[in-house]
Amino acid sequence: METAATIYPVDEIWDWLRDVPDPEIPVLSIVDLGIIRDVKWAGETLIVTVTPTYSGCPATTFISQMIDAAIRARGIHDLEIKTQISPPWTTAWISEQGREKLKAFGVAPPVEGAACIGAMKAQGPVACPHCGSTNTEEVSRFGSTPCKASWRCKDCLEPFDYFKSI
Amino acid sequence: MPNADSRELALRMGDNCLILAQRLGAWCGHAPALEEDIALANTALDLIGQTRLWLGLAGEMEGGKSADDLAFQRDARAFRNCLLVEQPNGDYAHTLVRQFLFDAWHAPMLTGLMKSADPRVAEIAAKSIKEVDYHLERSTDLVIRLGDGSEESHARMQSALDDFYPFAGELLTPDAVDEALAEAGLALDLQSVRSAWRSHVAATLQEATLTAPVDAPVRKGGKQGLHSEALGYVLAELQWMQRAYPGAEW
Repeated sequence: METAATIYPVDEIWDWLRDVPDPEIPVLSIVDLGIIRDVKWAGETLIVTVTPTYSGCPATTFISQMIDAAIRARGIHDLEIKTQISPPWTTAWISEQGREKLKAFGVAPPVEGAACIGAMKAQGPVACPHCGSTNTEEVSRFGSTPCKASWRCKDCLEPFDYFKSI
Repeated sequence: MPNADSRELALRMGDNCLILAQRLGAWCGHAPALEEDIALANTALDLIGQTRLWLGLAGEMEGGKSADDLAFQRDARAFRNCLLVEQPNGDYAHTLVRQFLFDAWHAPMLTGLMKSADPRVAEIAAKSIKEVDYHLERSTDLVIRLGDGSEESHARMQSALDDFYPFAGELLTPDAVDEALAEAGLALDLQSVRSAWRSHVAATLQEATLTAPVDAPVRKGGKQGLHSEALGYVLAELQWMQRAYPGAEW
């Protein structure tokens, strides 16, 4: 028997999404990452708008499946997940809390202000997430996932990932 | 809006990304250093992502075809990539010089396309440029380090440049489609891309102590679907699964 879906408040749905982890960096939720651009009801249809971090990010499809599962688990079945590429995602959208979580996880958060076109290289000092030293250097422009670069600390000698600014 | 020209633009952009990504993917597990292996795979991944956007758009204009349909079901004559990206990987110097010559075109091209009269084109360009700026930074840096490196690395880089430089002209020389696109405001005038390309390439080669060949003949035809022998082999590897098992999914 069809029953009318409960129209949950949008704020509550944002809270559910705060529990959906990023599959590559599970300490970070997809809301911390800034990839959820909009949550709204169109009649009885819930529309969640997502933007990819990198256009080739392999996690994109998986993230949509996780959002789908998290929302359906609450009994909402009339759901549309929209992908939107404009405006393009920027690391400036990673929340303050997200940056702290990244650091605790051992990933140096993106340096602010380096996100504009033509300034992809980290502009300010990148602090080692292990010891906090800024005596660090880039090992490689690319790292274990599209969003990270490989760095090392010249004080504690530990290698670490740096979340690239885009 | 001249839809046929718009579609041609999306195909050209998408096919360049797809074929170069397929070439780069062949290095996975074989690159001379772990960092380079990762860098090439990541660059390939960015380009595949961009391929999905461009070919997705081209397919939409073709009446609901998917990016996969276009990638896996067209024959060589229907591909619109430039000859440069289909050239074999060669040694690492060849792979790197090919990437550098391409990136130096790709970045100003996308920057110009961000102002396209077609908002779909402008959106894809704005998304892609963030990734391509990074590609250009890396390939420029490596061309300088290896060009101005050891005797061996310099000789290899110079030889790669001699081989691939003639292919760059195709990207910078407008044909009738490019002219129609520029006139309609859908794409930028290739002359402006050419001047950006020239100044970046000249400055980089100088720092790298490399010399561009003089009076190199322009090798072209890819944009019209007239490809070198190399493309057939790339497509054979890229498409065989979908050709053998049409519509197979996993």
